[in-house]
Amino acid sequence: MNRDALIRELRQIVGENYVLVEKEDTIVYEQDGSIFQVMPEIVVLPGAVEQVSAVVKAAKQANVPIIPRGSGTGLAGGAVPAEGGIVLSLARLNRILKIDLDSQIAIVEPGVVNLDITKAVAENGLFYAPDPSSQAACSIGGNVANNSGGPHTLAYGVTTNHVLGVEVVLDDGQIIWLGGEVPDTPGYDLCGVFVGSEGTMGIVTKVAVRLMRKRESVRTLLAVFDRMEPATQTVVDITAAGIIPAALEMMDRLTIEAVEGGSPVGYPRDAEAVLLVEVEGVREQTEHSMNLARAICERNGAREARIAKDEPERQLLWKGRKGAFGAMGVLAPNYYVQDGVVPRSKLPEIMKRLAEISVQFNLRIANVFHAGDGNLHPNILFDMRAPGELDRVIEAGAATLRACIELGGSITGEHGIGIEKKAYIGLLFNEADLNAMARVRRVFDPDGRFNPAKLFPTPVSCGEVRLQQAQIPAGLWI
Amino acid sequence: MDHAEHRQDHAKQPKIAALDVPELYQCVHCGLCLNQCPTYRVLSLEPESPRGRIHLVRAAAEGRIEPNARFKDHLYLCLLCRACETACPSGVQYGHIAEAARELLGPPGSPRVRRIISLALTQLLPYPARLRLVARLLRFYQRSGLQRAMRSLLPKKWHALDSMLPPVPKHFFTPNGNTFPALGERRVKVGMLNGCVMPLLFGEVQEATTRVLRRNGCDVLFPANQVCCGALNIHNGEMKSAKEMARQNIDAFLEAGLDAVIVNAAGCGAAMKEYDHLLRDDPAYADKARKFSRSVKDAAEFLAGLGLVGKLAPVDVTLTYQDPCHLAHGQRVRAEPRKLLQSIPGLRLVEMEGADRCCGSAGIYNLTHNEMSQHLLQEKMQSIAATKAAAVVAPNPGCMLQLRYGSRQYGPPIEVYHLMDLLDLSYQRAGNSF
Repeated sequence: MNRDALIRELRQIVGENYVLVEKEDTIVYEQDGSIFQVMPEIVVLPGAVEQVSAVVKAAKQANVPIIPRGSGTGLAGGAVPAEGGIVLSLARLNRILKIDLDSQIAIVEPGVVNLDITKAVAENGLFYAPDPSSQAACSIGGNVANNSGGPHTLAYGVTTNHVLGVEVVLDDGQIIWLGGEVPDTPGYDLCGVFVGSEGTMGIVTKVAVRLMRKRESVRTLLAVFDRMEPATQTVVDITAAGIIPAALEMMDRLTIEAVEGGSPVGYPRDAEAVLLVEVEGVREQTEHSMNLARAICERNGAREARIAKDEPERQLLWKGRKGAFGAMGVLAPNYYVQDGVVPRSKLPEIMKRLAEISVQFNLRIANVFHAGDGNLHPNILFDMRAPGELDRVIEAGAATLRACIELGGSITGEHGIGIEKKAYIGLLFNEADLNAMARVRRVFDPDGRFNPAKLFPTPVSCGEVRLQQAQIPAGLWI
Repeated sequence: MDHAEHRQDHAKQPKIAALDVPELYQCVHCGLCLNQCPTYRVLSLEPESPRGRIHLVRAAAEGRIEPNARFKDHLYLCLLCRACETACPSGVQYGHIAEAARELLGPPGSPRVRRIISLALTQLLPYPARLRLVARLLRFYQRSGLQRAMRSLLPKKWHALDSMLPPVPKHFFTPNGNTFPALGERRVKVGMLNGCVMPLLFGEVQEATTRVLRRNGCDVLFPANQVCCGALNIHNGEMKSAKEMARQNIDAFLEAGLDAVIVNAAGCGAAMKEYDHLLRDDPAYADKARKFSRSVKDAAEFLAGLGLVGKLAPVDVTLTYQDPCHLAHGQRVRAEPRKLLQSIPGLRLVEMEGADRCCGSAGIYNLTHNEMSQHLLQEKMQSIAATKAAAVVAPNPGCMLQLRYGSRQYGPPIEVYHLMDLLDLSYQRAGNSF
């Protein structure tokens, strides 16, 4: 099938307005929340599951890759069409289909925005727990693809802990359910296989999610430190004292500068680090935990340890944290965010290493991270227009990941591998591990047409890894 | 398909320096604006989102795409509501990007429509006498039976537009450069923008605003040489005339030596607060524009800051508040109007879902993009209906006209007020009328 015939067929399936082929439309889909850019040939926006199935069949017949896309907020290039092809946007599938308050589940389409689930059930005292910082924009489908977490991962776990079942379109267009609406279905946990598969196995068209009941009391504390080391030590001490926070988040001086320069929330600009500690539970217990956490902060030399007095103040403290990534634009035209993980006890050590990397590569690094579970987000600040800077950025990024692995950690906590980290996945898994994963993938996607050139390293050899790195700037249109 | 060929296909057009505005480089593509954008919410298409439009402008600036008709459609489907600016954690001033693009593109629509818009923006808006003449003709058209007669003659697509025409009142508000003295203790001397539409269609709101300001110790001056603020010109690519109007207003108000310039139309206030940006490259006016913009205050913002004095009598009504986009997003004024409303005894304020979402009026958008405008208006009327309020307050003429039309067309039957109407009513009932 040639391109024109494919476009005609796609238009028949989803309607004229929802097949984009003009450059002044498709160029918008060349990038997601990352810095990678590759043009799609066609963008299709189906409005029903049957249309998704028909599009997948047409793409199979034409032998064209399909790249699923939700809100395009991903940070690893997962929705960027690395090899061109059809970007399949699920944005129009954005209905909440069913809410069962008694069973505490909801069935939603993949384009539903994460926060909209919570908004829909909030008055019934329920919420959807995984809360990526982009939750006001990111889609549930994207969350499933990346097994997303957020600040409250520490207490509630990641997406896979909250997805009971998914409806998926397979490579031949079949529509099937994996998992279900009850917590435990027999047989293979194929729903679990799909969560985190980064769009390489099929298209998720419905998601059954678990809803959690809000706790009686939520308290949040802001601690301000004049040095980084006591701040990271406080994270270690708080958990060692037996407090299990719902969230434990850290921001460094540069991040504070970004937040306060963009949409100010009142973090002190001259601090080296601020720490957000949140506890949930029954009132007596949160009161006790908050006081204990405040005492630990003060003992470690916090300049200030302030407990939010009401809900608006609490929301304001979080607003800064949630907007921190987007606010990086205040500091530099581009940022490259890493997603490394270290054991919590190694936090003081990794922060020192990151400071060294910043000096070594002469690049500013703004840190904002889920300190409680050791999930780092070093944002390397740069300007893509400065010659040679991007190469240095990519090397510095690799250096941060190597440092994480050396300290016993991992290369991604929640953003996924995408295009960005596929060259590094070999640092974490050996060839046999990767082969096993590739075989699972081939069961669902024998032709390798779902989101190709993602997740897996192009067969690992030094030559190809270098080629891959050299290719990145070429694909990034400056 | 040849993938390689597609990837090579870039940087063929010349670069466009006029589009290469610094605001572009503050956007880091995070996407937090998407779900706040009215057109993205309706269409789910990223070229109709703020991030998408910024990407398009940047691509055109870099010579990767042509600023062609398709590009123009995307830039003009935007309502310029600036909800994205509220959502943006990086503080990207999207409005400046869109305005720069529209300056390059010129007014929206077909060549004929463009000529009409251009004529209205450059030959009508800057001239208050011509505006009054047109308003009188419109009133004649409405009252002579001509409008009814025309209904059967007009092509169908004009029906909707014709039915949107608000009835033109008999009396216009023409202060003729007068000063209205403060009542009671004089606290400040303020100037007030009369504007283009307000004195013609909302003369009573102008009078009410003047009374409320006087009651609160303000000498209220309407400088004689002032003109329309030029917001519509800025939003529709007529930057040259906009700058002339801005300079004229700056001169008119600055020479009066005022404590503040009060505006009771949100769109005008937002535009005047940004004269400093508009005239940043004008050596003769850049400094004056900065001084002027700092002195501009929305009426609600000003009165809340000043603190209301005098007795307010009860107004027994349940109402909901519509945030005009250029007040909430453009000027970040949200709490003050609500605070003033709640200071009126007996008045019950019920919040609607999405109060700060655009009603679809957006200057002349409801004329140029009627379909999208009506879609947003219907959603807005549903949100209003859900509050069961008897009235809605929207301190901006465009929103008021749109909501009145929405009430007629889709229901619910509600009253539409300016904030100043209610304050004035409350004062009058307390026996402070004059």
